[in-house]
Amino acid sequence: MRLKCPANFRIIRLPCTGKLDIIHILRAFEKGADGVYVVGCMEGDCHFNTGNFRARKRVEQAAKILDQIGVGGERVKMYNLSSGEGPLFAEYSIEMDKIIRELGPSPIGTALKKKANAA
Amino acid sequence: MIIAEKKPIEEIISTISGYKRLLILGCNECVTVCEAGGKKEVEVLASALRMHFIKEGKECEIDERTLERQCDHEYLEEIRDVVDQYDAILSLACGVGVQFAAEKYHSTPLLPGVNTVCLGANEQRGMWAERCQACGSCVLAATAGICPVSRCAKRVLNGPCGGSTNGKCEINKDLDCAWQLIIDRLKAMDKLDDYEKLATIKDWSSDRAGGPRKVVREDVQV
Repeated sequence: MRLKCPANFRIIRLPCTGKLDIIHILRAFEKGADGVYVVGCMEGDCHFNTGNFRARKRVEQAAKILDQIGVGGERVKMYNLSSGEGPLFAEYSIEMDKIIRELGPSPIGTALKKKANAA
Repeated sequence: MIIAEKKPIEEIISTISGYKRLLILGCNECVTVCEAGGKKEVEVLASALRMHFIKEGKECEIDERTLERQCDHEYLEEIRDVVDQYDAILSLACGVGVQFAAEKYHSTPLLPGVNTVCLGANEQRGMWAERCQACGSCVLAATAGICPVSRCAKRVLNGPCGGSTNGKCEINKDLDCAWQLIIDRLKAMDKLDDYEKLATIKDWSSDRAGGPRKVVREDVQV
């Protein structure tokens, strides 16, 4: 399809978004990620029935924690699409890139870089 | 099981401020089942606190450990060789575990990471409700297996009271009247005659009114 999308995100594959845990999202931020988005199947289309619903709940929980510690819950999002929707995947990545650029770097990443430079 | 709920992160942050080395100690029993203080919750809390300290530019080393139980000597002993490395322990066990650890490690500050709520059951996914108040003298045989001590707001033993309307309690329209449940169940068991039997005055000395309780079983002591 040769779709254009930002090159600044890393794809981590899961067997199903139901495999996602809150700690996976938090660890990404702990390591300095500016944002995390989870892409699951369309709601109601999960092969395991509730995998993507569970993921959405976990994304919401992670967002709440990120808000509480001042990192910002808006840095984590959940999207749904079907596996045939390549253009939509590219669209979501562009949208997420835009959201994160508007928010600026994560305070964790900034603090980690500062610490590394000082060392 | 014992039901607990997580304390707000803001409260935990204010409790642990000033400590430089912290051990977050989870428990594999009740608090794991009610998703308040098991291994997963320890991981998530540790990660959140680490990020908080990085963001604030403060130094605090946070380690994670989850014990099989915190209400037993043998499992609490597992941290004896490392406990001196920490300024404080943040325990995600119930109030029993926190206190037992505090008794064992006398000079280490023990901080609670959860609020212990009640003895309850998992009614549905993400919902836990009280079923027992550990009154020390069980009346369930006479009340169709439904506890008026824990489930009736007034702990009425010959109910229902006048506040029962359409099977609901007057304190909350969503709360079942325990005595309505008892009568319904007696009916279902075809034992409604038992409802006519008056409960005598309950001995509350085995409840909290008699002070902290203790069970001593010489037959199993070694």
